[in-house]
Amino acid sequence: MALVVVVDYGMGNLRSVEKALAHVGMADIVKVSGHPEDIEKADKIVFPGQGAMPDCMKELASRRLIEPIRAASTEKPFLGICIGLQLLFERSEEGCVDGLGLLPGEVRKFSSNKLDDRGAKFKVPHMGWNTVDIRQAHPIFEGIDSDEYFYFVHSYFVEPVNSQIIVGKTGYINNFTSAVAHKNIVAVQFHPEKSQQAGLKILANFLGWDGCWSG
Amino acid sequence: MALTKRIIPCLDVHNGRVVKGINFVSLRDAGDPVEVAQRYDEQGADELCFLDITASSDERGLILKVIEDVAEQVFIPLTVGGGVREIADIQRLLKAGADKVSINTAAVLNPALVKKASEFFGAQCIVVAIDAKARSGTHSGWEVFTHGGRNETGLDALEWGLRMQEAGAGEILLTSMDQDGTKRGFDIELTKAMSDALEIPIIASGGVGAVNHFVDGALHGGADALLAASVFHYGEMSVNEVKQAMSKAGIEVRL
Repeated sequence: MALVVVVDYGMGNLRSVEKALAHVGMADIVKVSGHPEDIEKADKIVFPGQGAMPDCMKELASRRLIEPIRAASTEKPFLGICIGLQLLFERSEEGCVDGLGLLPGEVRKFSSNKLDDRGAKFKVPHMGWNTVDIRQAHPIFEGIDSDEYFYFVHSYFVEPVNSQIIVGKTGYINNFTSAVAHKNIVAVQFHPEKSQQAGLKILANFLGWDGCWSG
Repeated sequence: MALTKRIIPCLDVHNGRVVKGINFVSLRDAGDPVEVAQRYDEQGADELCFLDITASSDERGLILKVIEDVAEQVFIPLTVGGGVREIADIQRLLKAGADKVSINTAAVLNPALVKKASEFFGAQCIVVAIDAKARSGTHSGWEVFTHGGRNETGLDALEWGLRMQEAGAGEILLTSMDQDGTKRGFDIELTKAMSDALEIPIIASGGVGAVNHFVDGALHGGADALLAASVFHYGEMSVNEVKQAMSKAGIEVRL
């Protein structure tokens, strides 16, 4: 039985993530925890996040979670969700804050007041269901088609330096990176826990993944 | 492929039970929130909205159990509104499994609540509900009402929307008190005015009576999401039928 730890650093609602993981991972123990020792003990890490990135970094630091997360990100199957994806990068435009720097690249804000083909304004946040164009096969996207919809809610997006880590892209104001992977790390901008069957499939795939990937 | 327009059925919950005569065939218990939520989920609802209309404060806790139970079975965003007055209310609802909380009267009485809530929980989970009614003499032509349209506030609806966006609302649930219950369709003018003025998404509500009203609300009203209650409850149409019609009209929907 694998111990799956959902990292709790006081930012946002983790109940949905916990419930969705418990729903698909009958044989796993899902624990929501903000204790460094639980992260060390965990077999798999889920790193969610909501709210503003500067607040997230502050909370991670004050809870002494930065080092345990860094360590986990080099050795265990590691799934970042939403801000949990953005935090992996070096720097964000949001409050000009440094992220964890595990992946090279930046986090940028969507431009405002852009119009679509019909002349309607693109809203920010990008909120609702959109598709992910899968650019590289990855175990967590096993059985997922490129026209499958996922639920997004965010105003910032990641811009990786290495295009080799890009697994999925999504079209909005600009065509942005919505999924990345590097060795045992995989991270998505959308919320699999809120994306109905397709989202549950991603979580189930993650629970079944051994953390090996060479894209 | 692009961001789709969302269809959001709204369930009125009283003392932990779904009310308004539900006309679903083959539901074992039409008042059971989990069963109703699952049905909407199967029909392709993009989100669900729960409006807690429990009057007695003793029974308020019942909505938490409802949300907990639904969140265990239904994996789409859940918004809860009704009686949200303070940070602790929001915290309890989110903890129970709500993804967003809708604030209506409390935002008018205490605008600082929206700012505080948004800073605390993130804009993504703070929905500000605005009940608007056409009113001559207001700057935009619409005034904000509270308490289900009974109390006037003197606030201009568009200015209020902008203020709430500034305060950190993640989206606006805009109900036309003029259209609500009429089955004549959304207030296109109001929806368009709000959608054009604001940068955050607008959920249009109030007045749906036919499938093409959803098409109009999205195409002409510029709504990002469309909410309805009775047409779905009474089985007049299914979420899927609405989406099929929207898709035929060239609107991106999740089918």
